[in-house]
Amino acid sequence: MSNRTLIETLARIPEGSAIAGAYAQRSDARAQAELSYRLLLSPQDEGPVGLTERYAVAAFVAALYGEPATRDHYAGLLRGAAPDLADGIAAEARSAAASGPWGHFPAGPLSVEDQPGTGWEATPERVAQYGARLAAALAHTHLLVLHPRDSSPEALAALLTAGWDEDGIVVLSQLVAFVSFQIRVVAGFSALVAARAKTPA
Amino acid sequence: MGQIITYPDNHEPDRFTTAQLDWLPWIAPLDEAALTDRHYEGLVDRSRSKSAYFRLLARDPEVLGARTRTDKDIFYSKGGLPRAERELAAAAVSRLNGCIYCASVHARFSIQFSKDDGDVTRLLERGTDAVDKGRNGAVVRTAVALTRSPAQFGEADIAALDDAGFKDDEIVDLIQAAAFFNWANRLMLSLGEPQES
Repeated sequence: MSNRTLIETLARIPEGSAIAGAYAQRSDARAQAELSYRLLLSPQDEGPVGLTERYAVAAFVAALYGEPATRDHYAGLLRGAAPDLADGIAAEARSAAASGPWGHFPAGPLSVEDQPGTGWEATPERVAQYGARLAAALAHTHLLVLHPRDSSPEALAALLTAGWDEDGIVVLSQLVAFVSFQIRVVAGFSALVAARAKTPA
Repeated sequence: MGQIITYPDNHEPDRFTTAQLDWLPWIAPLDEAALTDRHYEGLVDRSRSKSAYFRLLARDPEVLGARTRTDKDIFYSKGGLPRAERELAAAAVSRLNGCIYCASVHARFSIQFSKDDGDVTRLLERGTDAVDKGRNGAVVRTAVALTRSPAQFGEADIAALDDAGFKDDEIVDLIQAAAFFNWANRLMLSLGEPQES
């Protein structure tokens, strides 16, 4: 197999292994996940979302979930572009990481399942530190990562107010959602690789 | 400056259901009449241009195209994990994250392919803990362990799948199905709201 994908690298899937073979059977899923990664994290044209913004958001998603290889990968991308920001995002994630998913259901029979949690707001201090645009994006990222069922039109309106446009909101949403997928594939495959390293199937 | 669309008169469904639901976008989808070949390439299936959700995501058509091709291979490909179990994983992730719309679609698919609504009904009505036996129990526990933050899925979870008789190609499919709904749920939940049809 040529051209290892980021998922294979991060999950340390041994080349030529049975797991590599099983993943290669899903050739579209494998190749298109890699394509999503390239489109979202190294776009030919940044479009409505700057590269450093993309790195910062991905680093925050990955650090909040905490799978180590993916977290370190995105922290490294951000550090290469903006070292101070990488320190800031890492610190934010350390203080904001929590058990998820939490949040509220529409009022009714599911309300007994509502779970409270601590949101992450674009406070004046954070706006001063990161700028209004990035602070709003990080707040939206935290919402989608840890309590996505609390989503609302007001959350999107806050992005518009902070300078995001509609196309940019779609890119931001895809970025957060994609990294949420990718990091879980890595977590799952890493566990499978570790298990088979001990007792080959 | 853009604009957010709201639906003050919409009654959102307040429970998980297998009923057909609609979905209302909070950001304007592209006009169907304005779609170009580039957008159709991202929509993959031409019929998806009828969906407000896909026309909204078509604002970034290349990313939509990659998302859709990933989705189709994880759920529709032959061999490996039975389709009913892939769909059960999707429904379980959606139940835990709280995506009533996604759960309705994939609960219906799971029942259609398994010809059995027992575990899916328990999942929707009582939650992920209510499906705890046999292969379905292992599917739902895997979906939950991969969905919860912070990361906690590990070798013990693989051992549980081994004990339940899952082969490696099935485990690969299950991991991808559960992971993919952590992508899909976040888009459906954050860009619009469900509506009873």
